[in-house]
Amino acid sequence: MEYINLFLKSAFIENMVLAYFFGMCSYLAVSKTVKTAFGLGLAVIFVLTITAPINWLVYNYVLAEGALSWIHPSFATVDLTFLYLIAFIAVIASMVQLVEMIIERFSPALYTSLGIFLPLITVNCAILGGSLFMVQREYLFTESIVYGIGAGFGFFLAIIAIAAIREKIRYSNVPPALRGLGMAFIITGLMGLAFMSLMGIAV
Amino acid sequence: MSQVAEAAVKKSEPLFSPKNRRLLTDPLDDNNPITVQVLGICSALAVTTQVKPALVMAICVVVVCSVANLVISLLRKGIPSRIRMIVQLVVIASLVTLVDQILRAFLFEVSQQLSVFIGLIITNCIVMGRLEAFAMGNKPWPAFLDGIGNGLGYGAVLILVAMFREFFGAGTLMGYKLMPQAAYDMGYMDNGVMATSTAAMFLIGIFIWIQRSRNTKLVDVS
Repeated sequence: MEYINLFLKSAFIENMVLAYFFGMCSYLAVSKTVKTAFGLGLAVIFVLTITAPINWLVYNYVLAEGALSWIHPSFATVDLTFLYLIAFIAVIASMVQLVEMIIERFSPALYTSLGIFLPLITVNCAILGGSLFMVQREYLFTESIVYGIGAGFGFFLAIIAIAAIREKIRYSNVPPALRGLGMAFIITGLMGLAFMSLMGIAV
Repeated sequence: MSQVAEAAVKKSEPLFSPKNRRLLTDPLDDNNPITVQVLGICSALAVTTQVKPALVMAICVVVVCSVANLVISLLRKGIPSRIRMIVQLVVIASLVTLVDQILRAFLFEVSQQLSVFIGLIITNCIVMGRLEAFAMGNKPWPAFLDGIGNGLGYGAVLILVAMFREFFGAGTLMGYKLMPQAAYDMGYMDNGVMATSTAAMFLIGIFIWIQRSRNTKLVDVS
């Protein structure tokens, strides 16, 4: 039950995109059609689900103060937390590289339509933000897995939602200069306002 | 033979040839990182509640982006494509750490206020986006100029957004009170929405609208 709550909380109340505005670049740039948005959403779920627990292990068994004592008791005073940004980014970068190779191999069409935004998942703040929140909130290992899935699912839902809205709005009479990107920004702002009302709900 | 001739032509190209100058000026308008390339939105939302952090962030991004572009461009032939992301990130992360240390040494007070934002440069997609899109396939000098241009284009939008948000959200600019007290006495109130990220979304949306109605070749036809 607790895990279901955590999942709902990370996917809806603390939605990465619409509540924290993380991962905006790929969210705005790859949401022209539902099809590419679906591919990127799945890639983000995959990367977040894997990196959150791996970074949990890295943090709690290598970086945190006294974490190295499993090697030898004399390491108990070593504190490597200042390396956490570089360590997390390195884990994320290798995972994204893996995903890129998989997509290139199995779906070349998706690979070309995602373009530069596939490698840019590495610097998608939603992924790093997921790892940082997980450390900050002191989740347990199993919680970090659930949190990773939940946060990824939240991103997935948000990008599908905006892609669907953008596909519909293509036939509306928007001023030419506002068409496409400009309208996407304003819709996201409105969606963000709507999501603000979810904040503070205790699950 | 033609390759040799081409190399000779390239060597004689002046440092600020029209082509190179376009690398500097294009990102300011026609190819702006935020409003056209859609890169670096997250940090544009996070640091623009006030002008001062936006300004420091802009300067840091110009430095990191240009130097990272230069370094990656020098290394571009030696980087295997399979591990290029990790190499790029190592370069970015070490530059950001360097900037952080320099700020700490010479501008300690500013760095205390901005420590979180400096870390954000690592996840700023402009830097890595330009490395991927430009520095991996171009010579060091154009890549360096491209980095400066994109940093400036990004900084311009950042400061513009921050000015609107700080003025309408708190009535101040760079920390100085600009909104007269008389206005508050007459019932004017600071706009709380301006302090949230949603306001930045609306503002950037409106900037895009203005830019594209002026510069019609950017209009999205699809």
